Amino acid sequence: MKTLVVYLMSGPKTPELAAAAVAGGADVIELGFPFSDPLADGPVIRRAAERALGQGMRTRACLDCVARSRELLPETPLVPMTYAALLEAYGWDRFARDAQSAGATSLIVADLPVDVRPELRRVQLVAPTSTDERLRIAAEHTDGWLYLVALTGTTGARADASPALAGLAGRARAVTDVPLYVGFGISTPEQAQAAAELTDGIVVGSRPVEVAEEGAEALRRYVRTLRDAVDSVVAV
Amino acid sequence: MTSTPGLYGTYGGRYVPETLIPALDELEAGWRAAQTDKSFRAELDELGRNFGGRPTPLTRAERFAPGKRLYLKREDLLHTGAHKLNNALGQAVLARRLGKSRIVAETGAGQHGVATATVCARFGLECVVYMGEEDMRRQRPNVERMNLLGAEVRPVDFGTRTLKEATSEAIRDWITNVETTHYLIGSCVGPAPYPEIVHELQAVIGREARAQFLQAETRLPEVVVACVGGGSNAIGIFAGFIDDAEVRLVGVEAAEAASLGTGNPAVLHGARSSVLSDEDGQISDAHSISAGLDYPGVGPEHAWLRDSGRADYVSATDEEALDAFLELTRLEGIIPALEPAHALARARELDAELVLVCLSGRGDKDLAEVLAR
Repeated sequence: MKTLVVYLMSGPKTPELAAAAVAGGADVIELGFPFSDPLADGPVIRRAAERALGQGMRTRACLDCVARSRELLPETPLVPMTYAALLEAYGWDRFARDAQSAGATSLIVADLPVDVRPELRRVQLVAPTSTDERLRIAAEHTDGWLYLVALTGTTGARADASPALAGLAGRARAVTDVPLYVGFGISTPEQAQAAAELTDGIVVGSRPVEVAEEGAEALRRYVRTLRDAVDSVVAV
Repeated sequence: MTSTPGLYGTYGGRYVPETLIPALDELEAGWRAAQTDKSFRAELDELGRNFGGRPTPLTRAERFAPGKRLYLKREDLLHTGAHKLNNALGQAVLARRLGKSRIVAETGAGQHGVATATVCARFGLECVVYMGEEDMRRQRPNVERMNLLGAEVRPVDFGTRTLKEATSEAIRDWITNVETTHYLIGSCVGPAPYPEIVHELQAVIGREARAQFLQAETRLPEVVVACVGGGSNAIGIFAGFIDDAEVRLVGVEAAEAASLGTGNPAVLHGARSSVLSDEDGQISDAHSISAGLDYPGVGPEHAWLRDSGRADYVSATDEEALDAFLELTRLEGIIPALEPAHALARARELDAELVLVCLSGRGDKDLAEVLAR
């Protein structure tokens, strides 16, 4: 069974949206903590972050969002995804501690490469540009699974599947046995299926953030199409 | 000046997506190789002299500062009209050594964009410059110059529509095109090794100014003053005097963009520094009449120089800078850019006789903004 990870931006309605995504078949929920200057994000998540900050979704409110999502979803892994600036301001250890108390399962920091604060338990990201040595170090330090960034670029839907993914997935598989989940540029069921064939799971972000604007039921239906697509992949 | 490579005390570092780390490693290796290669230094010296117009003169401003011996280091006379060319030339030569054919840059006042477009024209490199819409409006002549030089200026129409967002977009472009592209950052900010590279490439200002001041006065200045946005002209002129403990170093920020005066430790554009930011680490908006100083961050080395006490940082308001702009123009026949006008505003009132000011750029680009007041 392939794993389906769905990213949502923290907001007042996010716990209910997360529950809808899980009802549609999501296995893991990433909860974006918005940052004013998100370098790894394309326009959709950047604008979602601007809106969330406008709604007062500061660090404390985002932690509350994790806690409320945890109440609705006692079993689902919940993973905050954010930027180093928030941890720097909140306090690195305190952030990790408070996130865990709120019900977070792990953590993703988009601009914190493995060499910086390696002691902070988090899901490590690797990219097509990562050397084999960096893939190995990231896999050694990662918390549960390795996040494969499918392409050189920012988050956001792309028309075509990334040609770089097969090479990256093969190189990562050669150095580690941890689960490999791939994200960036995946939005359609076809892309989800193609990516799932090369890895242990997929991450979708920008498209669910857009669909969530149409409400929980629209999000559940969209996630269901992804679930069906990844379930059609025969396990190897 | 660094204890650990890439770190200035607790400032600096590399807070960027993994995608960029191998490119930063490659840049660092290329930079180290270039530094030990005599032909790199010789090529830069030759370009600085015969293309840029170095050395730039040192001019005494007797009418502007009566009773003092105040000298201007004339980076406004460098080709393209500002100190930015020193860095752009050096990084373009470095990019060619790294085999990169495409350059991206950010620009605020447009001086770095013009310098980058200029070196790209000179070397036949593709050039894309990100610029906030607000800055495109207030620095129109520089947008036109970049277009003439063959660069593509991409407007940034979200957020503050100024240098902060332009820098973020340039970094996003670099993440996307990292295999072919060198990011030619314009100030001593960004992830390591950029602050060090920009420091070294701008240090020519301080080297020349120290020798020229000694020749003019047979002693060193009591104080060296420069404006600080990201801080590259300041770090360049400070570099010449940093080991002269008796020489005071003073940086002048725009009053509502005083990253060092009122900022907090925070992470912006790949480095930890002193940044205008709130208690949650969200970056605040800066404001300045001068597009080049209108930036909420500052180079990490400046944050460290502040904490260590080696340099002092003060500020000047828009009005004080405008007054200094007009007075230098009328009393000395030199139209300064609004950025160094901030340094001029504070330089006259310092309790010192021997003063050196970095006149980092010329003011043609600012005429519309000044005349509209």
